[in-house]
Amino acid sequence: MNNHSVLRVVSKFMIPYILLFALYVQFHGDFGPGGGFQAGVIFAAAFILYGLIYGIENARKVLPATATRILLALGVILYAGVGFAGIYFGGNYLDYNVLAATATGGQHLGIFLVEFGVGTTVAATMVTIFFVFSGQDF
Amino acid sequence: MALTAYAIIRLRNLFAVVILSGIFSLLAALLYVLLTAVDVAFTEASVGAGISTLLMLATLSITSEYEKKPAHSAVLPILIVVVTGAALIYGTLDMPLYGAADAPANLHLIPRFIEQSGTEIGIPNIVTSILASYRGYDTLGETVVIFTAAIGVLVLLGRGHNRWRPGMRKSVTPEDREEEV
Repeated sequence: MNNHSVLRVVSKFMIPYILLFALYVQFHGDFGPGGGFQAGVIFAAAFILYGLIYGIENARKVLPATATRILLALGVILYAGVGFAGIYFGGNYLDYNVLAATATGGQHLGIFLVEFGVGTTVAATMVTIFFVFSGQDF
Repeated sequence: MALTAYAIIRLRNLFAVVILSGIFSLLAALLYVLLTAVDVAFTEASVGAGISTLLMLATLSITSEYEKKPAHSAVLPILIVVVTGAALIYGTLDMPLYGAADAPANLHLIPRFIEQSGTEIGIPNIVTSILASYRGYDTLGETVVIFTAAIGVLVLLGRGHNRWRPGMRKSVTPEDREEEV
């Protein structure tokens, strides 16, 4: 798609806003609709758009295969790790109350970290699946 | 929605089918908004209409654009679908009306979530506090499922890329690939 100059310019303009919107959905999920899952998908959509317009090879320079594979596991590890942190601080598995000084503060922190883990894994998964499907060798 | 579904069944052009299924998802998202399930609508719009359409398009670029004519008649599948659909509709007759205050779902746990989650969790969005805190184990399981899906795709298709053994990529020659295709 190297010759579509309109697509190239518009997508270059749009991608930062897509990423920003994804971050908004991620960190505003406590107050409005949204959360890690939706944010991860939108975040991945920005990279997929880049890959569609500029080619998978160029997209892989921004986000190499090793990086997505590590992020893939990191999200799950973060989620499970928050659970183990609950045990470490004297609660049950995935008990957020003990993570901070107050119970609601702990819940805030726990939900924040857990949603971040979900978002990371979902974004990495979507990018991986798309790139692997369309690139075959990446 | 019914029109879109009918068109999806009849059309043989897979590109049109993929785009129509995206439209189907968008209509479903609108339906969820009408039922005031904004979180579900958001997920449907981003996942159903966005990412899965994209993934289907990526798959189409590998395979052909037209569906083959079915080899055998469609009478038995249609019969099974009609019987299942009739059974499901018969099942919904016993369900409480939408928004009924005395529905079992609205009596058991929901009032507790609505009344207590403000003081227990302290987050305005009750859906988020149920998903991430009350149902934390479920969400952990879902995350692992997504992770497993990615691993599965990598095992099946993402062959030969290994940072610590870079020679592996070269072992897949074009001849090998054509044989596999």
